[in-house]
Amino acid sequence: MFEQNAAMWSRYLTELTLGFHIIFATIGVGVPLMIALAQWIGIKRNDPHYLLLARRWTRGFVITVAVGVVTGTAIGLQLSLLWPNFMEVAGQVIALPLFMETFAFFFEAIFLGIYIYTWDRFKNRMRHFLILIPVTIGATMSAFFITTVNSFMNAPQGFEMVDGMITNIQPIAAMFNPATPTKVAHVLSSAYMTSAFILASIAAVQLWKGKDHVYHKKALHITLGVAMVFSIATAIIGDFSGKYLADYQPEKLAAAEWHFETEGEAPLILFGTLDENNNVHNELRLPYALSILAYSTPGAEVTGLDQFPKEEQPPLYIHYLFDLMVTIGVLLTILAITYFLIKKWKPAGCFENGSCFLSFCRDRSRCLPLKSAGYSLKWDGSRGSCVVI
Amino acid sequence: MSLEILGISVLWIFLFGYIIIGSIDFGAGFFSTYTEWSGKKHLIHPIIQRYLSPVWEVTNVFLVFFFVGIIGFFPETAYYYGTALLVPGSISIMLLAIRGAYYAFNTYGGKENKWFTFLYGVTGVLIPASFTIVLTISEGGFISLADGSVSLLYEELFTSAYSWSVVLLAIVSVLFISASFLTWYADQANDHKATQLLRKYTLAWSFPTILSALAVMWYLRQHNATHFSNMLDLSWIFILSVVAFGAAVWLFYHRKRYGFAFIAVVLQYFFAFFGYGISHFPYLLYPHLQIFDGFTNTTMAIFLVVAFVMGLVLLIPSLYLLVKLFLFNKPYVQGQR
Repeated sequence: MFEQNAAMWSRYLTELTLGFHIIFATIGVGVPLMIALAQWIGIKRNDPHYLLLARRWTRGFVITVAVGVVTGTAIGLQLSLLWPNFMEVAGQVIALPLFMETFAFFFEAIFLGIYIYTWDRFKNRMRHFLILIPVTIGATMSAFFITTVNSFMNAPQGFEMVDGMITNIQPIAAMFNPATPTKVAHVLSSAYMTSAFILASIAAVQLWKGKDHVYHKKALHITLGVAMVFSIATAIIGDFSGKYLADYQPEKLAAAEWHFETEGEAPLILFGTLDENNNVHNELRLPYALSILAYSTPGAEVTGLDQFPKEEQPPLYIHYLFDLMVTIGVLLTILAITYFLIKKWKPAGCFENGSCFLSFCRDRSRCLPLKSAGYSLKWDGSRGSCVVI
Repeated sequence: MSLEILGISVLWIFLFGYIIIGSIDFGAGFFSTYTEWSGKKHLIHPIIQRYLSPVWEVTNVFLVFFFVGIIGFFPETAYYYGTALLVPGSISIMLLAIRGAYYAFNTYGGKENKWFTFLYGVTGVLIPASFTIVLTISEGGFISLADGSVSLLYEELFTSAYSWSVVLLAIVSVLFISASFLTWYADQANDHKATQLLRKYTLAWSFPTILSALAVMWYLRQHNATHFSNMLDLSWIFILSVVAFGAAVWLFYHRKRYGFAFIAVVLQYFFAFFGYGISHFPYLLYPHLQIFDGFTNTTMAIFLVVAFVMGLVLLIPSLYLLVKLFLFNKPYVQGQR
């Protein structure tokens, strides 16, 4: 009984630290790319607005990095403090990317320190820009390495279990497991997307407050451009993730989609509520959609939760988190596309007096909390079920 | 050289790196707060800020590198130390969080808050003190393995003279290392008032380091006689350490060559730390865990070593650049950039 409690408390504590860390980690991965983009445009077009943008973003970014460093150190230590048995066993197989992650972060931290404190030290502005490249690479690589560890937890491979002993260890195979491609791609593209939206919302709030300066409009334009590209990319990768789950972790897909019985022509359940007998109410049913989502054909058979013993089923509340995440993602994608459609067709009187632009911004300013929430939800959902393996 | 020894040597070198640059960081925090209370903050605060601002994240990575590395090379340490250190480790995390928050909001955010600065200064002493628990329990006698589960014996730990002597050594060492480095840094900056004040701190904390080191030795003899006699066999290393200490104090006292003086301080700790480490061999945790049984599989070890070498190829030039721009760049150090 106590064991069970200890495990639950460890999960809560891990969830708390990770839920907090993931926001700052996401910003840490995505924002350097945005800063680099702004600085690049600024240098190329010799436009001080973009340079100022890069500089201001950096100022704010440093604060989030500081928080990210601390929460990252905390979660690193907690892995050993809260899950010593897991680390003892899994460390045999998956220590390599964990170790390399510290190198990637080391690299990033050194160049970030240099970058921040050398704004006016180089005569050649391009040289200062070059310092940002290792920061961006380091941030992306550290996300890559750490996500391979999480992928390994979902689809462990690269070793054999013989009489409770781990043998025939292949660290590279463990890193590049079946979950790695979709997970890494999803983490990276959603990090770029989230960061772009967060920065877009800063510009949007300024415009909304009535600061009509072209500086904010430029900021909104490039951030939403990046946001649109990566929100579409994230949606496509999300679809691949669904197909991965159907093949390798059907219980996870089944729990997230409340798919209880194995069947062909499976409908997709959107939203809804669950009663104590696991009956779904108030839902929106899309016929065939789950089969299409999982296997690209309407008739495909999708494994349901009935194939898994009760104690191996993920908690069913992840459906709420999952649907909320998808909904937020879809809304954000539509929002970014709408912005560019309005820009392109310029409905009558729109940009001249700025009225529809501003009312558009009013919506945009709500993105910041929403998007952060979306990311946390995704993470919590995947954690909730990854402990099941 | 076997992979086990290679692994532990690499980790020990990084831990040593952390001890030096971490001490500079922690001690700087303490001096920052202390001078605020004694009304001399304006003298040394700019120097401390100029050094710490670009490098504190790098300092933190040394720590992460060590604990990720030790679990990679010696996964069994996760089981023993991870389980035993749940509570003290979590306290250290909280202290680090306070410190990180200070950097995030006070330094970068630009808002000065007296209480926050005070907390920051206090963590500069408490964090090293809390970290010493790891080294203390490695001597054995503080962990029970009753019915297969590891637990920390708090009563033994808190009533042990050995454990408190290590805490004392850690705190005075942090202050000594930090003050000696900052003296050199302030001298580079041509800031004479700051140099003199920091030199005074350096000298004040110099002999306490030796006294507390002797206390540690004395109590170690009672606590873990095997380790103590191993240390005596290596006494030449400890003598070198004392010689380096003497050179450092002589240079600081005569106001000469602060750069060399700081290097002598580093050497003092280098010899002492490696003497301690080598005499601790082959135990990772007396008497339960030896380096050879706690080691990871050979495949992983080779991969880790390869990753490490490739990592160094990236890191050494980057660190060189960092040091060149912020440590050995006169205009920066003097605040002209």
